Amino acid sequence: MTCTEFIALLDDIIDDSIAKETRAEVEKHLHKCGHCEVVFNTTRKTIEIYRSHEIYDLPNDLRERLHTAIMSRCKKGC
Amino acid sequence: MTTIQSIAGENEQHPDVALVGRVRAGDVSAYDTLVRKYERQLFRIAQHITQNREDAEDVMQDAFLKAYEKLDQFQGNSKFYTWLVRIAVNESLMRLRKRRTGRMVSIDEDLETDEGTVPRDLADWAPDPEQNYNQSELAEILRKTIQGLPQGFRVVFALRDVEGLSTEETAETLGLSVPAVKSRLLRARLQLRERLSRYFRKKNGSVETSAKEARAES
Repeated sequence: MTCTEFIALLDDIIDDSIAKETRAEVEKHLHKCGHCEVVFNTTRKTIEIYRSHEIYDLPNDLRERLHTAIMSRCKKGC
Repeated sequence: MTTIQSIAGENEQHPDVALVGRVRAGDVSAYDTLVRKYERQLFRIAQHITQNREDAEDVMQDAFLKAYEKLDQFQGNSKFYTWLVRIAVNESLMRLRKRRTGRMVSIDEDLETDEGTVPRDLADWAPDPEQNYNQSELAEILRKTIQGLPQGFRVVFALRDVEGLSTEETAETLGLSVPAVKSRLLRARLQLRERLSRYFRKKNGSVETSAKEARAES
């Protein structure tokens, strides 16, 4: 497996949706290619960081205000 | 995935379906529950697309009101949440169009770039690199980094990786093919990784320099 082939499969590897036969080849490549190992680990970390940190916080007071506005218009039939 | 969903569908109904049914029968309090359940997600998605807080507030309200008005058109063959996200994405794009005084805005723009398809920064990151920044510094870094992505990549990453929609749901929501979503997702992930490397890479055993850089820029 080449690095280009590895990168093309990167999403499937991260999302754990590759075929069993391919997985063995992927693991073999990861074992011998430090660069692809870094790309794999740091891409996975990128996703994890975005998933676990709220970057657009909705403060509770604003949330309540918007919620009340939506519901009062719905009650009036919009 | 398909099998799991269809088995679940046969045996138990998604709780949203019952809530939608109650709203249709005139029970507004059931809609209150649905709004509460999804308001944070819709606000986040609108922020990702419009990149403007006031617009995101408006989009969130308009999307819930539109969904309420159009509830009879909800077929139930997709999840209520996916249907709602689709409305919010369209409202967000309309809002952007207004801001740009009528210029066409679509999720297809700015995709000519080849940036990020080949990883260039191959330095390893520090272990738990986010620990080197305080919460507001980190949020600023993450916002700035994702805002630099082309719209069509950003929205795919936001729906698929941040909000946790499946590839198929992301495709349905954005009106894209599954291969198009996959190709955009890979490029979005790689571009974000490349840009975050600047802050998170190991630097001779220390990440102090990039922490200072971030402080100086914010």
